[in-house]
Amino acid sequence: MGELFAQFDVWSAFGQTLYLAFFSAIGALIIGTILAIMRVGPVGIFNKAGAAYVNLVRNTPLTLIITFCLIALHYQLKIYLAPEDSPTSIVDNGVRWAIVGLTVYHAAFVCEALRSGINTVPTGQAEAARSIGLTFTQSLREVVLPQAFRGAIAPMASVLIALIKNTTVAYAIGVAETAAFMRDGLEFRPDLSFLIFVLVAGFFVLLTMPLGIALTHLSQRLAVKR
Amino acid sequence: MKISRFAALAGAASLAVGLSACGGGGGASGGDSIKIGIKFDQPGLGLNDAGKYSGFDVDVANYVAKELGKTKVTFVQAPSKQREDLIATGQVDLIFATYSITDARKEKVSFAGPYFIAGQDLLVAADSTITGPKDLDGKKLCSVTGSTSADNVKKDYPGVQLQNFDTYSKCLDLVVNGQLDALTTDNTILAGYAAQPAYKGKLKVVGAPFSEERYGVGLKKGDVELCKKVNTALEKMVSSGEWQKAVDKNFGPAGFKVDSATNPPKPDACS
Repeated sequence: MGELFAQFDVWSAFGQTLYLAFFSAIGALIIGTILAIMRVGPVGIFNKAGAAYVNLVRNTPLTLIITFCLIALHYQLKIYLAPEDSPTSIVDNGVRWAIVGLTVYHAAFVCEALRSGINTVPTGQAEAARSIGLTFTQSLREVVLPQAFRGAIAPMASVLIALIKNTTVAYAIGVAETAAFMRDGLEFRPDLSFLIFVLVAGFFVLLTMPLGIALTHLSQRLAVKR
Repeated sequence: MKISRFAALAGAASLAVGLSACGGGGGASGGDSIKIGIKFDQPGLGLNDAGKYSGFDVDVANYVAKELGKTKVTFVQAPSKQREDLIATGQVDLIFATYSITDARKEKVSFAGPYFIAGQDLLVAADSTITGPKDLDGKKLCSVTGSTSADNVKKDYPGVQLQNFDTYSKCLDLVVNGQLDALTTDNTILAGYAAQPAYKGKLKVVGAPFSEERYGVGLKKGDVELCKKVNTALEKMVSSGEWQKAVDKNFGPAGFKVDSATNPPKPDACS
């Protein structure tokens, strides 16, 4: 075990995974919420655009999205998310494009989870909100979404857990996260392969299991009693 | 009750894993058939083109198999990460897959050979001015995650920026178009890419190797007898001129000069 930690920068790999997961989760939550609002709103073109986004992104492999981000958007179209002339330009751009890819992909799933949450809110709630004179935005903000989020915690937990594990795809564009450590480890220390598997699996289980349990508990606590 | 049921389930699961692990073995050496692990995706070394195998590794493997008296050769894909396990579980008998001999790998497998000494080199655009790793300071280098080559360069030249991908092929277009400055790995692999029709004339191998990769034949740990037989076959291949023929056939078209100071190598003693 000590050998592994001495030879590879295991902690920074784990840290990179957490960094990717944290920022992608926030990004996916924001974009996913906007998409869900577009899909349930009264404007036809937004409905269609939201549905098109979800169906396109949800059915595209994540590896493809992340690779496309770096190779097409960054290298071919020269969109820089970090200064071109900085000495860490490649690393920074890689990490940031990975976050973009993860965000874009998981936003589709957040949108659908949230829409399922909106379906738990009885139609009467929205009708009552409108009948007391609230606008669409107001009824969404004050009445529907707060209940929808509480009803969507359980499916959101699944999306978050999937997101954390999907950060491993970022190794395809060279981000030095946990999957890259695993690949390095297996290449240079095949004699310790079993230990590497246990370490990586243990890291993800330790990260996702308590999260799943806590969020499931929370979803029961916060569920709107009807 | 709950616990015992869980234990029973765990027991059943471990049994299933054990069984499937055993299922992979069987039918190793013996008879006139042999299973050989090669790369399926390295032009010039080991390439599976719709069931037609070609490349230097394939030619050496075929020669050795013939010398061992095996007439039925089955090629199995051996990706870098799985090579040790393929041998340990008996899914292949020999591995010829740009398999550098290293001490860490010797913990799990034994090696016959080496049958070729490659070196780490750079692949650059045809009009590039880079002549060696010393010119790379501040430049952008491409390689794959988990490759020895990239690690070496990074250690010696900290000013280099490294873009890793999961496959070498992603690097190629970026180097051709000048978005990245060079691709580094074994010169044999680079030569194979440079010779591909799509990249002919657009890429060149710099030709200043700065490391030594000794390609060995992976086989079951401790099988000294098989190792000696393979070494004898390799020596015969060199002395009969077949080795040189295979080199010319596979590396010649790429304009890749084999370092004759180290090649052909003498096989190590078996242990």
